Amino acid sequence: MAAAGKANPFPLGKPELLKAYRTMRTIREFEERLHVDFGRGDIPGFVHLYAGEEAAGTGILMQLGDGDRVASTHRGHGHCIAKGVSVVEMMKEIYGKKGGACNGKGGSMHIADLSKGMLGANGILGAGAPLVCGAALAAKFRKKGEVAVSFVGDGASNQGTFLESLNLAAVWNLPAIFVVENNGYAESTSRDYGVAVDSYVDRAAGFGLPGVTVDGTDFFAVHEAAGEVIKRAREGGGPSLLECKMIRFFGHFEGDAQTYRAPGETDDNRANRDCLKKFAAAVTSAGVISADELKAIDNDVLGLIENAVKEAKAAPLPTAADLMTDVYVSY
Amino acid sequence: MARKISMKQAINEALDQEMARDPSVIVMGEDIVGGAGGNGERDAWGGVLGVTKGLYAKHGDRLLDTPLSESAYVGAAIGAAACGMRPVAELMFIDFMGVCFDQIYNQAAKFKYMFGGKAETPVVIRTMVGAGFRAAAQHSQMLTPIFTHIPGLKVVCPSTPYDTKGLLIQSIRDNDPVIFCEHKNLYGFEGEVPEASYAIPFAEANVVREGKHATIVTYGLMVHRSLEAAATLAKEGTEVEIVDLRTLSPLDLDTVLDSVTKTGRLVCVDEANPRCSIATDISAQVAQKAFSALKAQIELVTPPHTPVPFSPALEDIYIPTAANIAAAVHRTLKGGKH
Repeated sequence: MAAAGKANPFPLGKPELLKAYRTMRTIREFEERLHVDFGRGDIPGFVHLYAGEEAAGTGILMQLGDGDRVASTHRGHGHCIAKGVSVVEMMKEIYGKKGGACNGKGGSMHIADLSKGMLGANGILGAGAPLVCGAALAAKFRKKGEVAVSFVGDGASNQGTFLESLNLAAVWNLPAIFVVENNGYAESTSRDYGVAVDSYVDRAAGFGLPGVTVDGTDFFAVHEAAGEVIKRAREGGGPSLLECKMIRFFGHFEGDAQTYRAPGETDDNRANRDCLKKFAAAVTSAGVISADELKAIDNDVLGLIENAVKEAKAAPLPTAADLMTDVYVSY
Repeated sequence: MARKISMKQAINEALDQEMARDPSVIVMGEDIVGGAGGNGERDAWGGVLGVTKGLYAKHGDRLLDTPLSESAYVGAAIGAAACGMRPVAELMFIDFMGVCFDQIYNQAAKFKYMFGGKAETPVVIRTMVGAGFRAAAQHSQMLTPIFTHIPGLKVVCPSTPYDTKGLLIQSIRDNDPVIFCEHKNLYGFEGEVPEASYAIPFAEANVVREGKHATIVTYGLMVHRSLEAAATLAKEGTEVEIVDLRTLSPLDLDTVLDSVTKTGRLVCVDEANPRCSIATDISAQVAQKAFSALKAQIELVTPPHTPVPFSPALEDIYIPTAANIAAAVHRTLKGGKH
């Protein structure tokens, strides 16, 4: 039965809730499809999938505009989609095709679209944090209330670049948000082994930043916490650290046998800690959105992804002439 | 007679004029203003050797003192460049590249290409290079070849105050990341510099002395050592031509090839260590592209393949001298066909 008549208990209106669900579902289907196509050998190179983590990227990035900058990680597809990068251009890029987001010169780990404020996925762990300090500094000079967001995983949260950036952002009072996407594993190594401190809130405090930890599988918790730190940054209140505790449905990279996980771990996660299922249950049980409405989005998204793959496969390959463009060459 | 100023003043003037011309130009680095947060003088240092002294009074908060945190602030300069600013970051000594190199060679150098031409990164990294300051192994290196190896970076190393001002202005206006190498032993060197702003295009080597018997190709401090050697050689009746590369990437190979075609003999003088250096690169390219013009073996003059030593007694032997350069010219003149 449809939602008519029931009061919306969420801080977002129905159109925004539908948009959030569509974004999360798009990320999920994009990644699930890549998993299948990579396994078939259709896709060259390294691919790191964001499935299971959709609520974090979406809950944060749907609150930003094109003038707000984001530096992503090696696991960047979700951030790109949530920041508004074209799914077709992304798919073409991952297939190494002309007309891809980077004309086939970047690939999965380097998808960028500066017109959307996406400063790029990044193959170097922790490298985005200093860049976001610069993006936030540029925003500060522009005085339009723009912010910049850096993502790192729990693994890269130990990189010197990340720690130096926390300090620099605090020293310069930059409109920057440092998001730690804690999915429990740095590649194959447990977060609890690699990070000495128990709480990222404590780590933030050590750098003079406010920090907050949320359940990254709970879209509403992420959205609320992100809203606060983004508001603080926009209003000149300086940088914050936001930890999202989340679940990685796939391995570190495609092809990872994941023997470091406990038996049944992923099945349990998919059954009980799927951020999309949690979101769907919340909005349908509140009677704000019907299951049919969600199903319509699911079908829409499947078509969108199918079309993106078709377009990517049909797109032309770059040619030898493309090798020598976009960089000065004097030899 | 035109006004004479030091290389240090030329840098200061270039920054001042570009900051006045373009509000997107910002300058950041360790102690570039100095005294931040303390109770003493603001603009206490103006850079560790006073290069940026006085700019704070004119441009205020567009000069940003940074924590001792090269990865963070060099990366911030690069990130700001990708977001519409034209930052000039000072990396106090090129030797400190080790703690921020990822941001330079994996980030700044790659953005434009890796993002399919959709990003510009107009950042300048000013940095001190070279030996002779008794600053020992970690503050004296000439690491230019490490940067010229990387596509996407431009590398500049001027030898005079005139070139320094014009090339720094060009670097700030250029849309690619530029590593601007300032030889610390030339900071006090004076030369004629117009007060008005001017830019010197990249990839234009400068023939600083004309001659017909041999060509010396060099850059930075070694230009001056080569000029000394040339004066000695002239007394013997040998006239060498000296090509000052000025920009190492992009490289003006045409001027080098023209000169070698004229003289038939080549001496490459480089303050960098000898393996995979600017000297070996020029040598290889000339051997490949102008082999038939060569009348004798190419000679290379470089320091030995050692770290820079501290003791003045050792450092003075380490750095190539005018006598070393003259000896190399003698060797190539004696070699080959006559």
